[in-house]
Amino acid sequence: MVKKLKIIGKSSPKLDGKERVSGKAVYGHDIMLPNMLYGMILRSQYPCARIKSIDCSEALALDGVECILTAKDVDVNRIGFKRDHPVFKGETVNCQRDEIAAVAATSRETARQALNLIKVDYEVMEGVFDPFEAMKDDARQINLHGKGAEMFGNKNVAESFNYSHGELEEQKKRSKVIVTRRYQLPRVTHCCLATSNITADYSVLDGRLTLYASTQVPFLYQRDMAHTLKMDPSMIRVIQPIIGGGFGSKLDMYPFEPICALLSIKTGKTVQLLYDREEEFIASPTRQPMIIDLTTGADSAGKFTFREVNITMDNGAYTSWGATTPFVMMQTYSSLYQVPACRFQAKAIYTNNPFAGSFRGYGNPQATFSVERNIDLMAEELGIGKDEIRLINANYPGEVTGQGLHYKTCGAKPALEKVLETSHYSKESKEKQSGRYRRGLGIASMLHVGGGAKIYRSDGCGTRLKLDHYGYLTITTGSSEIGQGSETVLAMIACEELGIPMERINVINTDTDVKPWDVGVHASRTSFVAGNSLLGAIRLLKEKLNDKASKLLDCESEDFIYEEGFIKATQKEIKIDKVAREMHFGSPNELCVVDYFYEPESSFQDKNFMGDVSGNYAFASQVAEVEVDTYTGNVNVLNVYVSQDVGRVLNPVGLQGQIEGGLAIGIGYALTEEMIYKEGRLQNPSFHEYKLLTAVDMPDIHFYPIETLDEAGPYGSKGAGEAPLIPSAAAIANAVSDALGIEFRSLPLNPEKVLKAWSEKKQHEPANSQKV
Amino acid sequence: MNEKLVPISFTINGEKLTKQVRPSLLLIDLIRDELNLKGTKPGCLEGECGACTVLVNGSAINSCLFPAVNIHGKEIITIEGLSTVENPLHPIQYKMLEHGAVQCGFCSCGIVLSTKAFSDECKLEGKIPTRQEVKKSLEGHLCRCTGYVKIIDAAEDYLTHSSV
Repeated sequence: MVKKLKIIGKSSPKLDGKERVSGKAVYGHDIMLPNMLYGMILRSQYPCARIKSIDCSEALALDGVECILTAKDVDVNRIGFKRDHPVFKGETVNCQRDEIAAVAATSRETARQALNLIKVDYEVMEGVFDPFEAMKDDARQINLHGKGAEMFGNKNVAESFNYSHGELEEQKKRSKVIVTRRYQLPRVTHCCLATSNITADYSVLDGRLTLYASTQVPFLYQRDMAHTLKMDPSMIRVIQPIIGGGFGSKLDMYPFEPICALLSIKTGKTVQLLYDREEEFIASPTRQPMIIDLTTGADSAGKFTFREVNITMDNGAYTSWGATTPFVMMQTYSSLYQVPACRFQAKAIYTNNPFAGSFRGYGNPQATFSVERNIDLMAEELGIGKDEIRLINANYPGEVTGQGLHYKTCGAKPALEKVLETSHYSKESKEKQSGRYRRGLGIASMLHVGGGAKIYRSDGCGTRLKLDHYGYLTITTGSSEIGQGSETVLAMIACEELGIPMERINVINTDTDVKPWDVGVHASRTSFVAGNSLLGAIRLLKEKLNDKASKLLDCESEDFIYEEGFIKATQKEIKIDKVAREMHFGSPNELCVVDYFYEPESSFQDKNFMGDVSGNYAFASQVAEVEVDTYTGNVNVLNVYVSQDVGRVLNPVGLQGQIEGGLAIGIGYALTEEMIYKEGRLQNPSFHEYKLLTAVDMPDIHFYPIETLDEAGPYGSKGAGEAPLIPSAAAIANAVSDALGIEFRSLPLNPEKVLKAWSEKKQHEPANSQKV
Repeated sequence: MNEKLVPISFTINGEKLTKQVRPSLLLIDLIRDELNLKGTKPGCLEGECGACTVLVNGSAINSCLFPAVNIHGKEIITIEGLSTVENPLHPIQYKMLEHGAVQCGFCSCGIVLSTKAFSDECKLEGKIPTRQEVKKSLEGHLCRCTGYVKIIDAAEDYLTHSSV
């Protein structure tokens, strides 16, 4: 019998919302500990130079300066995904962010003054800012710790991926149309409202290091920190304060974090290091800028035949987890829509630009942009509808893709149909446009992991449950809360299963000394993995409770219903807290406490990147309607129709928030956001010049969840956090192209770019299309 | 460093205070560092994000651009000032929670105070704002989590049901 759900599927307000909206929540910026010092970092004056000397003597003499560190003062390992990143740079600097020295002082003002007194003598070198230049034989080796020469045959290659399936040449011959394009995607950044922060508290008494750190991956972070500092990981306790935005930015450990720890270790005092907004722009991670050369084909009926892609990623000077975004991108090229043959190549190239990190969507917005632009072009060339070509190629339930992804459930086609229907696509798209304002519609779909992603050695999550004497439940979960609302979903699940009211449920999730292991918040995995882990723990807890309750009630346990704080049988019932007490005080004495670890049944990919890497897969389609002002070039997004296979809606208000929030980032990526670099230096490190959307810029969002009830997910659910921003830039670019009859091959579609393209089109009429 | 201190008297969250401050001290630093009220958030310190919004004589201002000396003789309300033992949350805050307008929350307190100022202004004029006016009133706030829709919904709900 299918149990009727009472809590799951109904909106629950955010569990810790009251603290956050009242100013009571303690973020990293709000931490104050006794005798705390303030840390600050001196960054390089040049993006590429040799350091001849560093003189800290004058700064050290300043009253209130307690410690200054440079490369020669510390004994640490290099950091980063490829361990190619020195914490302090002592010999050469490779990008604008590079850390030369750090100060700990009794006030922020003193720390700032001290930085100004440090004298660094540089021998300036010419930087390499273009990845294609960096790949040339005569280019200088940018990162001296890079292994590109041995591993990939080029000293400036940081990472390289090759993948293929199907008979590519045969499929090319079968193709009626073949479209080749180069796409260029910009560097954008997370813009978390809370800037990067850390408070490090080293105890000289016992050698233990406590870090109040806004990380998304506390256990990997603990391990990375220990490796860097040459410490035992268990001597490092990571406590996550309330985190003011993540979006992937906190997936790596960055130099400022071990630097702050080192300042604390050297001084024996607590040290706090906060970025200001300019530093956040300059020195926090970015999305990968990419150049994508994509060739795709379709046969005369519009069926896709092949995709061949060559991606050049600007890795920047050092390598973060972000260099592994091709894992995700290759799934899109190989498996978004039915793809008989695919050849994929991606290289991350060292340059003297700042290094890129990971960002919500993890390469997928870039990949999806290129795929969906090419689909529009193929449809145009074939003379078939842009809706039709997508429908006939849509993924389907039961499909095993060329890469080995197994879609046990698949809402791709229903999602596509839903947005086409609700946007009245077939009717609206045929209306001719004229005059100053031109409207257009664009479609894009996406595929993303929905059940975690087995990339690290374990993709699991632990849960510990404690039901106390008074019927209150404490969930200690390995998973982390970064604002997305996972703690609320976990409490809802416990409420649903155990009949314990929400206000009697507490979620503990911020302390590596207390919580069991979890790989971290990424890959839209938390509700899926932590939810399944919690369900496993609840099963164990119920076994204990059932056993005791059946003895106390003298009846069989199979029929027990958990509701309103009671365990109920047909004729009898007992309060759940009484059962917990009887367990403790009865015989044998035991506590109502359980532990469970959940590992998804997904598999590792083999060395050819084949494998069913996620517990399930999420699908989505979007239709964007835009209005372009041909006098100003301004693109106004009027409506976005979103349909997403979420498996099952767990918390409607939370899900809707993920959709709208994701879209806002996606629309910003499409229209306004771009980090502008000149010779390795950021030209727009402020909210004045780096344009985020505001309340007035948001379109009307029409969201239609598709529930495919995938058996791998808790209650059938799939990951949902990244999906909403993945296809939005593609849909918007397709809509702008539709409105103006102009092809766009780069983002953002800011007024300058759109107006320029429009003027050129006007000049060259009657030529039918222009390229930008 | 060696600025001459200036005495200022003001009311903050109903409490009368006198302080000696440097002329260059910004209001946000007075509030966060000296008065230890941490609900006022430092998002950008350049007047763009609105996270540090407080009310000065009822008007919403960015405390990161506002010299502390300018509050002399004025009444300041920070997010902590909306909370009493009897009523720990203001109705605007309940609306924010009900509509799901809070994710990471770093921008939330500033938005609550802006909405309060806008609401008081509407009440004074005896008008109920349109949705477009509500959006406009929130333009000074950046939020990276929510996509603003739920924030607009919450503010609109409050403004249309509490004004006049």
